[in-house]
Amino acid sequence: MAQDLNELGAHVAGLLGEAALGHAVAFGELSVTVRLDSIPAVLAALKADPACRFSTLVDITAVDHPERPQRFDVVYHLLSMYTNARIRVKAEVGEDDMVPSALPVHASANWFEREVFDMFGILFSGHPDLRRILTDYGFRGHPLRKDFPTTGYTEVRYDEAQKRVVYEPVKLVQDYRQFDFMSPWEGATHILPGDEKKA
Amino acid sequence: MMDGDIRQNTYDDGSADTLTGEQRIRNFNINFGPQHPAAHGVLRLVLELDGEIVERCDPHIGLLHRGTEKLMESRTYLQNLPYFDRLDYVAPMNQEHAWCLAIERLTGTVVPRRASLIRVLYSEIGRILNHLLNTTTQAMDVGALTPPLWGFEEREKLMVFYERACGARLHAAYFRPGGVHQDLPEALIDDIDAWADHFPRVLDDLHGLLTENRIFKQRNADIGIITEQDIQDWGFSGVMVRGSGLAWDLRRSQPYECYDEFDFKVPVGKNGDCYDRYLVRMAEMAESTKIIKQACAKLREPAGKGDVLARGKIAPPKRADMKTSMEALIHHFKLYTEGFHVPAGEVYAAVEAPKGEFGVYLVADGTNRPWRAKLRAPGYLHLQALDYMCKGHQLADVSAIIGTLDIVFGEVDR
Repeated sequence: MAQDLNELGAHVAGLLGEAALGHAVAFGELSVTVRLDSIPAVLAALKADPACRFSTLVDITAVDHPERPQRFDVVYHLLSMYTNARIRVKAEVGEDDMVPSALPVHASANWFEREVFDMFGILFSGHPDLRRILTDYGFRGHPLRKDFPTTGYTEVRYDEAQKRVVYEPVKLVQDYRQFDFMSPWEGATHILPGDEKKA
Repeated sequence: MMDGDIRQNTYDDGSADTLTGEQRIRNFNINFGPQHPAAHGVLRLVLELDGEIVERCDPHIGLLHRGTEKLMESRTYLQNLPYFDRLDYVAPMNQEHAWCLAIERLTGTVVPRRASLIRVLYSEIGRILNHLLNTTTQAMDVGALTPPLWGFEEREKLMVFYERACGARLHAAYFRPGGVHQDLPEALIDDIDAWADHFPRVLDDLHGLLTENRIFKQRNADIGIITEQDIQDWGFSGVMVRGSGLAWDLRRSQPYECYDEFDFKVPVGKNGDCYDRYLVRMAEMAESTKIIKQACAKLREPAGKGDVLARGKIAPPKRADMKTSMEALIHHFKLYTEGFHVPAGEVYAAVEAPKGEFGVYLVADGTNRPWRAKLRAPGYLHLQALDYMCKGHQLADVSAIIGTLDIVFGEVDR
């Protein structure tokens, strides 16, 4: 199985040419890193190639790494029901970058791209209807970014006087509990060498 | 003039108000839901109708969005497990399964055989739970009231099996990374076995109610036809694929757990319409019953006995050990406060949930909390294709199609 994946990886790298930046097999899965602007071409090539036939788009999502210069990863999972194989395609996206939409290749990319836009604020160029999908009508911010607080910024309640639902800034009775388990000796005033907090 | 008003002002001399082309023929927009019994939850559809024909259908989802993926980033791997029960709450354990598989792949944990058998057993119970709900309520959407009443009686019995295994009817939290939480008592296995003997007769009764029912057939046959090309374009999975004649089942094609040693058939449909998907679901329940019987038999074999958790870093020690071993006690305390650490890496684990391929994309950074967990719900893609499937159908067919898509908003909205 791992042997097959390595072969498939080499084949895909050859197929994509310079669009592919690298490929790796880890935990029994093949992932390919590609250049951002080549994503629709890559997906189309993987779909058309007779040895791959990755014709089902399983998932599009993103991962936020705020510490990196290119902040986001967009991740595409593809499946071939014909060759019974899976592949992951990844590309790095900066905060100001636009991702070319995969809609011409996969009709199912529509809602996935709307969701990624909603959750991360990544824009997809060429998407016909890039509305928010999961959050509230009129929601502000992009919740799955790491700098978005889990509690959010607004809370809603029904106002008896105004006879409607009102939005107010979040007021917490108790701070959101975020335990820090990374410190081996909590409360120690000086830290012994080797006991430093890991990032 | 109101939207869709058919009146026209006429005057004494026989003349009438001049109407623009748009005024004369105007499509009718209606809201379907979010509180509609056939919407299967909080679905709001904006339907554009030309007479009774659906021209456009725009689903508004997210009314049940709870930010599960965000919440998961600030909780430990074990604390995240119960969130999976709340996704597809019709078959909770199948979702937990995907989460456990993802963690086990990253940590390289091997699940003991008995735990693996129990997982198969309860995954199949979950499949029957789901299909019973779906086939019968879809029948209700097209006008039959009795099937849900009969189906829910069996669901209730299965819920009791859930409760006897884990203490909860719905929010099980029973599958754990490394195995299952508690062993099953022998009496429970006997009862499940006895239930599986009796269930085929209930299935026959349901067949008698629906399969040759004239109204049911008229409402479902040739409605919402899906071709092989549609499956690829819209990323369908599960029954939506099998109803159109493709024998694609992850339990068979990419076996996980110990499904490869079970004897079962993958039912497929012929025409890819709502009626065939109903038949596939009914046949799958019969196949799941067979798997349940086999799993019960395997659990009684000597090879099927033993521990139900891979005792190690990611599972708690045995209760008895904690009474005598200090290390076990410390381990227990650390496991339930700090939680276990998962090595850095990324993995996509998918299971054949009753509704289709349910997947978890887990990005771990080596700490006790996931850096990112994406839940890939089959219903999300199925609902996306609703616009495509409904176009050109009658308004009344919309509810039949929603029913056959098998959507539950817990997993669509996350």
